[in-house]
Amino acid sequence: MIEFLQHIINGMSVGSIYALIALGYTMVFGILQLINFAHGDIYMLGAFVGFFGSRYFFPGGNSSFVALVTIMLLAMGVCSIVGFAIERIAYRPLRKARRINALITAVGVSMFLEFSGQLFFGSDPKFFPQIYAPTADWSIGALKINPLQIIVLLISLTLMVILQYIIFRTRFGRAMRAVSFNHDLAGLMGIPVDRVISFTFMLGSALAGAGGVLVGLVYPKIEPLMGVMPGLKCFVAAVLGGIGNVAGAVVGALFLGLAEEFLVGYWLSTYRDALAFAILILILLFKPTGLFPVQTTEKV
Amino acid sequence: MELSHKLLAIEKMQVKRSGLTRNLPWLVALAVVWTISGFATPLVNAYYFSIVIYVGINVVLAVSLNLVNGFTGQFSMGHAGFMAIGGYTSAFLTTSLRSFYPTLMSHPFAEQGIFIGALIIGALVASVAGYLVGLPSLRLKGDYLAIVTLGFGEIIRVFLLNIEAIGGARGMPGIPSLSSFGWVYTFALITVFVIARLTVTPIGREFLGVREDEIASEAMGVNTTQAKVRAFVIGAFFAGIGGGLFAHFLSYLNPSTFDFNKSFDIIIMVVLGGMGTITGSVIAACLLTVLREGLRSLQEITHIDFRMIIYSMILILMMILRPNGLFGTKEIWEFLPFRNFKQKKKSP
Repeated sequence: MIEFLQHIINGMSVGSIYALIALGYTMVFGILQLINFAHGDIYMLGAFVGFFGSRYFFPGGNSSFVALVTIMLLAMGVCSIVGFAIERIAYRPLRKARRINALITAVGVSMFLEFSGQLFFGSDPKFFPQIYAPTADWSIGALKINPLQIIVLLISLTLMVILQYIIFRTRFGRAMRAVSFNHDLAGLMGIPVDRVISFTFMLGSALAGAGGVLVGLVYPKIEPLMGVMPGLKCFVAAVLGGIGNVAGAVVGALFLGLAEEFLVGYWLSTYRDALAFAILILILLFKPTGLFPVQTTEKV
Repeated sequence: MELSHKLLAIEKMQVKRSGLTRNLPWLVALAVVWTISGFATPLVNAYYFSIVIYVGINVVLAVSLNLVNGFTGQFSMGHAGFMAIGGYTSAFLTTSLRSFYPTLMSHPFAEQGIFIGALIIGALVASVAGYLVGLPSLRLKGDYLAIVTLGFGEIIRVFLLNIEAIGGARGMPGIPSLSSFGWVYTFALITVFVIARLTVTPIGREFLGVREDEIASEAMGVNTTQAKVRAFVIGAFFAGIGGGLFAHFLSYLNPSTFDFNKSFDIIIMVVLGGMGTITGSVIAACLLTVLREGLRSLQEITHIDFRMIIYSMILILMMILRPNGLFGTKEIWEFLPFRNFKQKKKSP
């Protein structure tokens, strides 16, 4: 029973980081119908910005919650600028092109980020500084909880609530929803489509950057190729929740985090990376619109 | 309208020739390959020889991927998975035969025969995998298909990591090195020949139809799912051949060789050459294989790995500046002025 609860906490904490990345996928897909393969690498970038930022701004290793929040905001800022640049340079010229071309570009951008990461950061793993390290585990009876996991969960939930607010309660959020419904019509209504798309990329990239810092906090080994697998898995999470659906992405990501944790904990520990793809294939075969589908019509 | 136009244009390109003259260039090429194999192989420096072999293997892989990605217009990102299945199957067959029947494998002719047999069995197993992957997932389109094939490739890799009989994560050493220049280029020729011929058969026309307009070809009575599965199975078959050649050249296999970077390597060749052109793929395979080795010597000087950065820049710039690749859907001889002249004269 204790072990079970422990797995649930681990799964939720991983799942909430997945959710931060999956949100970016689902927003970009909702608005451009593009799988932004580079998204996982923006998450990697966030972790590295956190790494260098905390070494530069907090060199003494004085860990505090303020330091964590500062570093996270820094990572979110840098990542949103990179996300903006990627959209502007690589994706915008191809917006009218065939989708397969945009997909190949996305793969190219992803590889570019990964390998320039290796060039600039070195390919050896680095250890993320403990910018916020509570001393002891909390124990409730025999159950031991690492406070970091709870903090990660709370921070991600806060970010998700803010995102939900932006999308559903602000003018810009309404513009985003309008653009994802139809680019041309939104343009005719006076919505600045390009600016909305840029903003969507920035928003998604900022969340991925926050995810990078949070993952560095809990699993302190970071390296330039760390974004590949989480990137693909979070895409699976987004598809699972119904791609384009913001709340669905969160549910899908939490589900994926828990499923992986249980698979590794109880059954086949070496098949962790295969699980996400198996889920993807099953969901695409039996319910391709995901668990919480967005209504669409296909026209000939 | 556009589709039937395209098909008509392809029909016109066919020059009617007798069977012998049509096949003569291929037979001459085959003879040249084996002559070179017989005389020149010992003379070449081992490093340059390995580059030449990799060019041949990459031609097999790129042309077979082009059948799926270029001619049929699907986007497969799991070619390395099929390559791994072919490679591991054939390598397992030859290594276990050598350890159980050493006398049989010591006879040179038997050895060569077993090698070819193992290659073909490996390729058949890979094509069965292609069928299994293709049948369910080809109901999906574009991006979803791409990511599912990527997923299948990864699943294949994870399974290979967990099979102890083939070494698991430690890899599989001691594979007999049987991929000679002659065999690699014979199979490269066979791949190019089969796929070039295929595109002008009714089956191949269906592939092109699916690429140009899926709904229109369905309306014209093409079973599009069947066409896609066929393309996948044939593509996987030759990927398996490529994997077998690779295994028997390197003498060592490791599951991590077949991760998605390997698939991307092949995709870049197809994209650079142009999706839907065989000569383009062949030339891109040569170019990129040689480029990689050139960059490797640059890396020894600067200690920086530029290869993947340059590859990714190629992908991005190509899509923005020349989205159809170097050759688009044309073969190299369609750029020759002589050919255009002849066609113009023919059509009134």
